Amino acid sequence: MISLTINGQTHTIDVEPDTPLLWAIRENVGLTGTKYGCGVAQCGSCTVHIDGVAVRSCSMPVSAAVGTKITTIEGIAENNVLTKVQQAWLANEVPQCGYCQSGMIMAVTALLKDKPKPTDAEINDTITNICRCGTFQQVRAAIHAAANA
Amino acid sequence: MNYVPKIDRRSFVVGTAAAGAGLTLGMTLPFGAAEAQGTPELNAWVVVKPDDTVVIRFARSEMGQGALTGLCQLIAEELECDWAKVSWEYVNPAWNVARKRVWGNFNSTGSNAIRQSHEYVRQGGAAARQMLIQAAADAWKVPAAECTAANSVVTHAGTGRKASYGSVALAAAKIEPPDPKSMKLKDPKSWKIAGKPLARLDTRDKLTGRQKYSIDTQLPGMLNAAIKACPVRGGKVVSFDAAKVKGMKGVKDVFNVGGTAVAVVADTWWHAKTALDALPVVWDEGPGAKVSSATIAAFLKEGLEAQTQLVGNKTGDIGAALAGAAKKVEAVYAYPYQNHACMEPLNATARYTADKCEVWTSTQNAESVLAAAVEASGLPFSKCDVTVVTAGGGFGRRGRTDYVTQAVQIAKQMPGVPIKLLWSREEDMTQGTYHPITQCKLTASLDADNNVTGLNMRISGQSILAGIAPDRLTNGRDPAVFQGLNAGGAEGALGYDIPNVFIDHAMRNTHLTPGFWRGVNNNQNAIYLECFIDEVAHAAGVDPLEFRRKMMKKHPKHLAVLNAAAERAEWGKPLPKGVFRGIAQQMGYGSYVAAVSEVSVSSDGLLTIHRIVGATDSGHIANPLLVERQIAGSFVFGLSAILYGGCTVKDGRIEQTNFDSYNSMRMAAMPKVETVLVPSGGFWGGVGEPTIFVAAPSVLNAIFAATGKRIRSFPLKDQGLRTA
Repeated sequence: MISLTINGQTHTIDVEPDTPLLWAIRENVGLTGTKYGCGVAQCGSCTVHIDGVAVRSCSMPVSAAVGTKITTIEGIAENNVLTKVQQAWLANEVPQCGYCQSGMIMAVTALLKDKPKPTDAEINDTITNICRCGTFQQVRAAIHAAANA
Repeated sequence: MNYVPKIDRRSFVVGTAAAGAGLTLGMTLPFGAAEAQGTPELNAWVVVKPDDTVVIRFARSEMGQGALTGLCQLIAEELECDWAKVSWEYVNPAWNVARKRVWGNFNSTGSNAIRQSHEYVRQGGAAARQMLIQAAADAWKVPAAECTAANSVVTHAGTGRKASYGSVALAAAKIEPPDPKSMKLKDPKSWKIAGKPLARLDTRDKLTGRQKYSIDTQLPGMLNAAIKACPVRGGKVVSFDAAKVKGMKGVKDVFNVGGTAVAVVADTWWHAKTALDALPVVWDEGPGAKVSSATIAAFLKEGLEAQTQLVGNKTGDIGAALAGAAKKVEAVYAYPYQNHACMEPLNATARYTADKCEVWTSTQNAESVLAAAVEASGLPFSKCDVTVVTAGGGFGRRGRTDYVTQAVQIAKQMPGVPIKLLWSREEDMTQGTYHPITQCKLTASLDADNNVTGLNMRISGQSILAGIAPDRLTNGRDPAVFQGLNAGGAEGALGYDIPNVFIDHAMRNTHLTPGFWRGVNNNQNAIYLECFIDEVAHAAGVDPLEFRRKMMKKHPKHLAVLNAAAERAEWGKPLPKGVFRGIAQQMGYGSYVAAVSEVSVSSDGLLTIHRIVGATDSGHIANPLLVERQIAGSFVFGLSAILYGGCTVKDGRIEQTNFDSYNSMRMAAMPKVETVLVPSGGFWGGVGEPTIFVAAPSVLNAIFAATGKRIRSFPLKDQGLRTA
């Protein structure tokens, strides 16, 4: 049995230690907002925070997350109040299909914690998630909007 | 020949079976969640609840393109309802069968969700409005003609009495519905909801993780399946050693799926996939195993010189034009296979019993899913049911139902147990229905004054219709290969007044399954034509914009869009040192598009796309905010394909297995996109695909302007170019 702290709650799950954190979150804990896109840390759809740092959960064994504070897309809005990143996403109508946006929002949330006013170059270096719908123009606008909110 | 998308064969099967099933089911069942909760519908499209909530039914698919919001706007406009009170629900295709296809076509391919249904959905909204007005008038005992409706309120002009839609909804539902076709629709100039840049109806849940995609389906007792089909398309399962993995954690069973694939069913998908990776399988790979990219290229090259099979556009006398040319330009281009690579890998959940087959999935055609369930389960339509779930991308791939068939085939081997089948990304990449591979030889003749007198194009390559819809071929030939090159028509006409044109096709099919890939044959046809026109302009020594304009007098809509893009981009004005422009235009799916790209290329091959201006004339616009996003997204889709895409074949297998070898554009390479919407009215064109056509050629022409080098095969990553 493995114990995980996700969004402030403790979950004890029966899972092999080498199971990717993504699948432990989705299948054993049942939080499906975190998405499977590639399984090889390429696309970023599975991004969660480990102690506040953006991590691609498809390529991290669940055992490595024990004892950390895990935050998923379901856990960033406190008391159902959207964060400034989520509000900027809403105001800029960012999502198309939306499948990659959980990971995109988690990556951006971590970026803004680290660099509250990122430059375009810093955004380019840090936000490397794939979006096949092609929302990047709106993502960039929403990042700057959230930074200036 | 003009290519008009035809109804999918499966939908046709559904349609012809519809009447019988309707009789079987009877017409008293509630058709939708809102009705099931006790509120009768006004008609197939509209339910108004006593609390004033309006539920609009959406029969097409939402996969990010925004058709859901656009169609709801069109219905709400005619309904004259309060937009803030609009909610929506998907239509179950089984209801459509039971009700003689009252919702029409469910297909969401070919940029058609709005342009094919705008009229009848608006008529549905208008008919519902008339019923609400009538109900209020009846209550007041006044003529309906003295009443008006606006913002979900009926008002009697003479007395000023008002009734909310909710207060008369139940009475309205009892009124004999008027013939929707008799409804007079509003002039788009008076639109208040439709045509406006309203926020999407489905954004909020996509920000919080609450949005449920097909992959998130959870049912009591559900098990998970991982699947591997023969890595060579056309191959078969010979044997597999299930005993090797049956003892692995969580594994429930191992199945042969349709003779072409093996699946492991387990408690979790991760357990299923882990066991599948360890499962020994012997394949009969079949003749496809001998095929490689080199053999396909040689096969297509032979087709460039082979006998004519199908002529797509014949005007004047190309032979005489070429014989009498003062100057000739010739080039050969090639376009590779592409994978759709939807962010949500393909998946479907199925539960089978002897009495019922249920499917939960995301799709671009729910009726096709129903037909696939019928076919795979062996049960009649009346015993099959499909719940449509929002799609994490489609791009044409979710118009196919191979993954649904597999899910049902697995579920049938474990009756009563819901099975969620999820393809790994590797399965998604290697079992695609690929954008077809083609080559094209182009020859142009110029007279002594550098006027283009002739254009000859031979396309050699794979036919989508031959691969997946052979019943739509014409005498064994595929007219859809000429998309955007047709002599006329409302769908995709060539935009140049060239007196002598001859465009033909030599079909060269491979063992790989082709598919409709967002933009379809327009993608490569626009690259071939628009890059080549640029080559001819260069040979003539004329500015590429001026050169095109001179040949477009008889194509004013094409020309107007080209001009709109050129003007916004300030074509001809000096750019910063090292930055160069390229231009392209095309018509497809009823819309006219053009783009001007600005790029720079460093001496060591770093390509930067600084800015793209994209102009579109789609006739009417349901929501400009949605259109702008489709345009920006289309640049990403089209450019990803030529920058990094391209699927290659070795030993019959697709070599690209994930995003590390089939990359897609990310933030750093994204240009600044400016959209210019120039709707000229009078027609409805699609917007989900057309901009893709001009994405690649405008950038390629700019690369030529920057480097003097013409690139005629792709992706650019194999041609010494890279992006940030």
